[in-house]
Amino acid sequence: MEIKVCGPGCASCEQAQKTVEAALVAKGIEATVTKVTDFQEIAQLGIFSTPAVVIDGEVKCVGRAPQQKEVEAWLG
Amino acid sequence: MEPINLSTKADATPNAQRGKLLVAGALGLAFWYLIYIQLEPFSFFFAYSLLGLEKGSHLGEAIQFFVYDTPKVMLLLTLIVFVIGMVRSFFTQERTRKYLAGKRETSGNVMAALLGIVTPFCSCSAVPLFIGFVQAGVPLGVTFSFLVAAPMVNEIALVLLYGLLGWKVAALYLGTGLLIAMVSGWVIGRLKLEHWIEDWVQELRAGEAIVMEEKLTWTDRVTRGREAVRDIVGKVWIYVVAGIGVGAAIHGYVPEEFMATIMGKDAWWSVPAAVIVGIPMYSNAAGIVPVVEALLGKGAALGTVLAFMMSVIALSLPEMVILRKVLKPKLIAVFIAVVGMGILFTGYLFNLVI
Repeated sequence: MEIKVCGPGCASCEQAQKTVEAALVAKGIEATVTKVTDFQEIAQLGIFSTPAVVIDGEVKCVGRAPQQKEVEAWLG
Repeated sequence: MEPINLSTKADATPNAQRGKLLVAGALGLAFWYLIYIQLEPFSFFFAYSLLGLEKGSHLGEAIQFFVYDTPKVMLLLTLIVFVIGMVRSFFTQERTRKYLAGKRETSGNVMAALLGIVTPFCSCSAVPLFIGFVQAGVPLGVTFSFLVAAPMVNEIALVLLYGLLGWKVAALYLGTGLLIAMVSGWVIGRLKLEHWIEDWVQELRAGEAIVMEEKLTWTDRVTRGREAVRDIVGKVWIYVVAGIGVGAAIHGYVPEEFMATIMGKDAWWSVPAAVIVGIPMYSNAAGIVPVVEALLGKGAALGTVLAFMMSVIALSLPEMVILRKVLKPKLIAVFIAVVGMGILFTGYLFNLVI
């Protein structure tokens, strides 16, 4: 599983990153979590508001830090 | 282009659950109100009976002001942040962008400024948002109307102004903030400065992600409201307390009319000075308003103080640094100049009229 957390690195982006990692630990799932901070790269993913979470190429949420429960549901 | 529905979709909340939410909401509001009306008598009791301070003394006034204003502002803040959190669950940047892409200038400027208030936005999100708007073909001037309104018309500042200074000042702030956003955007649009956007933004071939539209129930929206309260109130309460503390000190110790000489109506230079001083200052709206209240109480002119506040929250250096990634320096200069002129004009206008 490949997870991308997009955002330039402000407080809510950090929050999103932490939530995703906590959800992975809670579900006991191994995954690579990549931080995408470059605006150009973010735009190429088709994302125009941050923070955003992308799981296996699927954009799960944009413009807000998700709750841990939500992330756990996305992880399946 | 098909019309984009900005309103909510069919609501999936079962009736019973919605009823429960309504009852809980009504009870919560009643409880909130009961506490709210007790605050002023309590502050007098606390300062003058419990602590036995003398009425009219410096310390007594400062403490009564602090004990009254802090819980009052926190209560107002909690309520409004909750409501705005729920309202914002109806608006996303995606929908706003699609909606504005089909707009002409002028009406687009008006819509963009209004949407700037209710669309969730944080300043580090300004760059992706800008790229998205450009890629979607939103006119540059309309984009700027949004970018000015989003930080300038701040719900926290609005509720604090209402709570501390009354609805008239709050309405003036809302009205002029929107007007500055609309007019600045319109002016920037007329100047045709598209070539001052960084080249890579226009050359970029952005992807088009398929973002799943979330189906939110009322329960979800209430949760969003609660999250907003936890996030925002949890973050800004310290600024509010510090701001009110400074305000209380000014309130109790600075002599009446002290500010009149440097920030009063007769000091013509104070408005531009307030705007310039405000640009490098970056404060949370929550921290600046209690100071504003105290300054006004000591004879500072309303126009000057509003200009200062708007400059602090709407023209911030960190945001300019972020926007530099997508805008050439000339365009940033124009942006600061146009918005600064708008604020300046507002400041003089109020000093003249009121």
